[in-house]
Amino acid sequence: MTSDPIHLTTDVLVVGAGGAGMYAAISAARNGGDVILADKSLIGRGGATIMAQMTVAAAVGHQAPDHWTKHYADTITAGRGLCNERLAAILCEEAVPRIFEMDAWKVGWARENGHMKQVTAPGHSVPRCVYVDFLNTGPAVAKCLRTQVAQGTNIARISGLSITDLVTNDGAVTGAVGFNLEDGAPVTIAAGAVVLAGGGLTGIYKRNSASANMGGDSYALALRAGAELVDMEFVQFFPIGHLAPRLVGMDPIMWDPFRYKLGGRLLNGRFEEFIERYGAQDAGKYTATRDIISYAIVKENEAGQASPHGGAWLSFEHVPEGELRTAFGPVIDRLLANGIDLTKQSIEVSPIALYRMGGVRVDEKMFAGVPGLYAAGEAVGGANGANRLSGNAIPETFVFGERAGRYAAKAARGEAQAWNARTAKSALDELRARSGSGAATPQRGVEYHGLAREMRAMMWEKVGPIRTGVGLADALTRIRAMRREIEAEPAVVESVFNLSLQDWFDLRASLITAEAVTLAALNRTESRGAHWRDDFPANDPKMELNQIVALDSGGLQTSWAPVCRR
Amino acid sequence: MTDTKKQAMTLRVRRGRPGEVARYDAFEVPYEPGASVLDALRWIRENVDPSLAIRYSCINANACKECMLLVDGEVDYACTARLGSEAMTIDPLSNKRLIRDLVTDIVPPKEQLARIVIARKKKP
Repeated sequence: MTSDPIHLTTDVLVVGAGGAGMYAAISAARNGGDVILADKSLIGRGGATIMAQMTVAAAVGHQAPDHWTKHYADTITAGRGLCNERLAAILCEEAVPRIFEMDAWKVGWARENGHMKQVTAPGHSVPRCVYVDFLNTGPAVAKCLRTQVAQGTNIARISGLSITDLVTNDGAVTGAVGFNLEDGAPVTIAAGAVVLAGGGLTGIYKRNSASANMGGDSYALALRAGAELVDMEFVQFFPIGHLAPRLVGMDPIMWDPFRYKLGGRLLNGRFEEFIERYGAQDAGKYTATRDIISYAIVKENEAGQASPHGGAWLSFEHVPEGELRTAFGPVIDRLLANGIDLTKQSIEVSPIALYRMGGVRVDEKMFAGVPGLYAAGEAVGGANGANRLSGNAIPETFVFGERAGRYAAKAARGEAQAWNARTAKSALDELRARSGSGAATPQRGVEYHGLAREMRAMMWEKVGPIRTGVGLADALTRIRAMRREIEAEPAVVESVFNLSLQDWFDLRASLITAEAVTLAALNRTESRGAHWRDDFPANDPKMELNQIVALDSGGLQTSWAPVCRR
Repeated sequence: MTDTKKQAMTLRVRRGRPGEVARYDAFEVPYEPGASVLDALRWIRENVDPSLAIRYSCINANACKECMLLVDGEVDYACTARLGSEAMTIDPLSNKRLIRDLVTDIVPPKEQLARIVIARKKKP
């Protein structure tokens, strides 16, 4: 494989085509940019957006009087002092026009008496969350954006294109290197600006709600290109994710509305109620906060009082069948199709990794500090501080996507001429070396999966909902060793749909992302928001600072920065 | 964990590239009530043969619609098709161009790299 790579040129390259990437592409195109939108999965089908269940927060004020400043106040409260206030304000203010824009694009927001229907999600002071349909908001949003992207005349969509590295020249990002999954062909793309839109890192955890490609790609690409990450220690765990029995075709975070509406009882492995032993008032009201539920379930596990699969029981057996049906009609049938009869059996739940607050450090233009580099959606860190308000994830894809595309297009004009093929050489050499040569060796690559499994289990156990300095230091040592070990892994020879090649680059990205999370968590010697240190259970006002992670000569360096106030 | 209680079942999987003689590899995979065909295919890639080509993204939500294939001859999604306790046969979709193993060409034509390269060359 020494032939010349396929070479493309564009104003704006968008890496990742979930909600944020698609919005960035639309925005870049309508601001005059020629766009390539690339995804290693299929355009508008990979990533997190399509899996989103419901509720999109925006102060459109249709259900009740509201203003974006109220949404902002709720976001700041949830963020426990660490929100980048400028990003949070942009998020809340611009969510409103974006929701109307999506409405004009016929996404189909649920309506009632002619107005958009809005519901109250936990942490919101007013009914603020629009949605399309129970369990179907994400697919509807993705479909709507796919249609808009397809209509954009200056947007080239490329499915199955995996970006392995960004290319920099003289301190600026000038394009990217990747490969075409279908035939393994190396690809180089000269771009005036690159938007990273492949955010999400929950795939580095054993228990997660992630799709296949949420292993931290964008954070790794950003670090390797010289950009900084912020707030990486903050990972949001959803307390009652589905654990067992095996449930397919449904979102693992589906139990929350059931519990709130019907009152699900949480029981430990001995079928005892336990939440109240951890300081929460739960019985009959089910108002215990998410962090206390997560903490209590993990602690019961540590005390040897877990349910059979290592979680807690969630029981609705005390709720009459009629009531279950009234509240969740067709969902009850989908559960029965999974062999789950809520009137006769409890199910098992556990905290699962849902979202991350940290990400690429950007300014109000979504500019990542390295000329030519922008970020959007879940790739962006800082807007949600130490904890995210329910319903803020999808507006983040719209708002930050629109901004990133707009500013990237403005910055990109004429800049693609800065491409120099020599600067892509090291990334291409790496790709070719990893693609291997000679005879096919089908068994190769099992090793990556072993390492990936080990990483996910370790992140879950030592860098999960409850952390200690000892555990974090252990994990950090092992992750650093694993980063060296994967370099020595053999190449996998296969030119057509070589998933093992993809696996290797995925694991490289996941490990550096995992190291960033672990190192930042070790440094933050306090408990705040989603970051719980069992050895430092108190909040430390002196640590009301953002933590910055950067890559320097292969090693991660951290520093502290004052919170960005409005 | 209950792993020790799991039984095994046999998954026959069609392998190969276009034009090659049809070949089926039989894999012994763990069987657990409720498990999906995708669970088994991913288990094979992780534990036995990573060279098995499959296409999927959302894993569990039946949202991305990328994992369509033939389960005992019937079109189904790997992520929602149940793994049976007896032997099953998995084939790629028969009405789409085969790429390799279980992966067929379901990419919309306008999203294919080759077409974009051609389209860009035509541009003035």
